[in-house]
Amino acid sequence: MKGMSLIVKKVAQLIAGLIFLYGIYIMVHGHLTPGGGFAGGALIAGSYILAILAYGSDTIKLKKEETGTSLTESISIFIALMLAVAGFFIGTKVFFNNYLPSGKIGELISAGVIPLYNIFIGIEVAAALITIFLALIIYKEEIEE
Amino acid sequence: MELTLSILLGFMIIGALFAIHAKDLLSAVIAAGIVGYSLVICFLLLKAPDLAIVQIVVETITLIIMVAVVLDSTREELKVKVDRQQIINISLALIFIVLLAFFFVQATGKLNPFGEHTLRMANAYVGETASKTGSTNLVTGVLFDFRGYDTLGEATILFTAAIGVLSILRIKGRK
Repeated sequence: MKGMSLIVKKVAQLIAGLIFLYGIYIMVHGHLTPGGGFAGGALIAGSYILAILAYGSDTIKLKKEETGTSLTESISIFIALMLAVAGFFIGTKVFFNNYLPSGKIGELISAGVIPLYNIFIGIEVAAALITIFLALIIYKEEIEE
Repeated sequence: MELTLSILLGFMIIGALFAIHAKDLLSAVIAAGIVGYSLVICFLLLKAPDLAIVQIVVETITLIIMVAVVLDSTREELKVKVDRQQIINISLALIFIVLLAFFFVQATGKLNPFGEHTLRMANAYVGETASKTGSTNLVTGVLFDFRGYDTLGEATILFTAAIGVLSILRIKGRK
């Protein structure tokens, strides 16, 4: 896949980082402001997709990246599941039990395990969307060879 | 509020109809985008910014992928011949639509009037989420605490989708 024109490359270079940061903000503040893991993860995936579409696949080794995103996705959903399973052993011993102290309502570090779920689900969503996108691109390149 | 929503819903119906009947596939994809983005405005008007953010991002990503696919393959619609199988399919679909409309009308009669949507369960969620989970965002509190199983299922669906795409699309396999 070829990259796009110089204008698109420059704009993507300026914007992609901001979108990435905004995704992280939405993800981390999921328990305070609208948004959360799913929205933040989709935003992060969007920034990567923008960069890949603008610069093309010549500069990046996509197959290597795909292995990485697939691995990240599997590991982060495993960690989210383990966080839920840990509820079995701590506190009232219920699956999905919120076992960490909930802290002061409205602060960034509060609400127990909810921010952790948000972060890991966000990473999982981002990695899954990027994996699907990369798989489509690599498929096309393998067809053309 | 009801008027604005009705106008938006009208737009969505027109967009969907155009998407089905358009000769050019690219304009059909754009018309399908109208449906998605009108839904974003509907969510914002109904005070659901969480859903609006997710909808706008996912809609944009899918629209980009669909436009890329259309530009890459073909812009013309396939001609479908009307034969017996087609007629059976269409009549089955019509029967299903009538059944669905019947039950839908029956169900909407039981709902609260527009604007008074707080049911018994919703009252419990709105009143107690902040004190029980410590999360000021109600939606996140419900998603990751009261209804954690749902969220686990959603994440698993995405995981399975990625695995499925990988296993179908990789021709050569990893070496």
